[in-house]
Amino acid sequence: MTISSGQALICIAMAAAVTYALRAGGLLLSEKIPDTGRLKSFMDALPGTILLSLVAPGILSAGFWGILASVAVVICVRKTGNLFLSMMIGVLIVAVQRNVL
Amino acid sequence: MNMQNSFQSGVVANLPVSLSVAAYGGVLGVLAAQKGLTGLELLAMNLMVFAGSAQFVIVEMWTRSLPIFEITLAVLAVNMRYLLIGASLKPVFSGQPLRRKLYIMHFVADENWAVTMAAHRKGKATIWFLFGGGLCLITFWCAGTLSGHGLGSFIQNPETYAMDFAFIAVFTALAVSLWRGKQDLLPWIIAAGLAVATEKLIPGKWYIITGGVGGALISAIQHTRTGDEAK
Repeated sequence: MTISSGQALICIAMAAAVTYALRAGGLLLSEKIPDTGRLKSFMDALPGTILLSLVAPGILSAGFWGILASVAVVICVRKTGNLFLSMMIGVLIVAVQRNVL
Repeated sequence: MNMQNSFQSGVVANLPVSLSVAAYGGVLGVLAAQKGLTGLELLAMNLMVFAGSAQFVIVEMWTRSLPIFEITLAVLAVNMRYLLIGASLKPVFSGQPLRRKLYIMHFVADENWAVTMAAHRKGKATIWFLFGGGLCLITFWCAGTLSGHGLGSFIQNPETYAMDFAFIAVFTALAVSLWRGKQDLLPWIIAAGLAVATEKLIPGKWYIITGGVGGALISAIQHTRTGDEAK
């Protein structure tokens, strides 16, 4: 038994429509709200807090070594400003721990 | 910077993260092949949905009697963060015509958004930088997922290579460049705390919303306080 390609396409199109509505909707809605005062502080803080929220649970669930690797990443990117090097150091620490220790 | 230079630096700036996106895509491709998605369906999904975690959810829920409504709802929940991501791009898009906003927004993923916001802090972000990053990502995403789909089981245990941690590492590094100083300390502590707590309590990706909104609210409250003191 296979899924008919029509059904599959409808499913993918629905998922795409919802995703696009959120992407474009977020930008268009933000233009309707004034960027002064408290709302501006909220919007300015948002990139940092979203990014941190994206990683915080993952760092903790990787345990002690996850935290150690993240600290190494932060130090490396502050010292060198090199994103790729910092990423590789973080990955290397976790990979070594998972395979060796 | 002109349009072409800006586009190119967007591509280059997203290359490191694109490599881990391709590896992650390989895992999705393997799963998709096991679930019976054709290569063409996978490609259509890559180009039309273009959102990693949502695509994992779709593939996970892909069964013989396709639950289209449930899948759509799940995608809505997983991608709710794009409302916030879209909103935060307002300064990058300011003054641009609607048509550009509408097509470039389709190419906004977590990765090129984060790279663009970091560049924005240094005054180097443009819509072409964002768009270049998006095209770079979607190319690697398609290459990764389709190789995974074709080769079947070429990545047996991605955890062994810690590719899952590559995302955390690169987003952590990008967060460092979004740090604005002491004013961010309390908002960031609250954001991290809320995200960790939500992730434990509510299934799905809601932790990104609660942490992001909660932390930014603290920043708004702080603004009111310092504003009052100034008066």
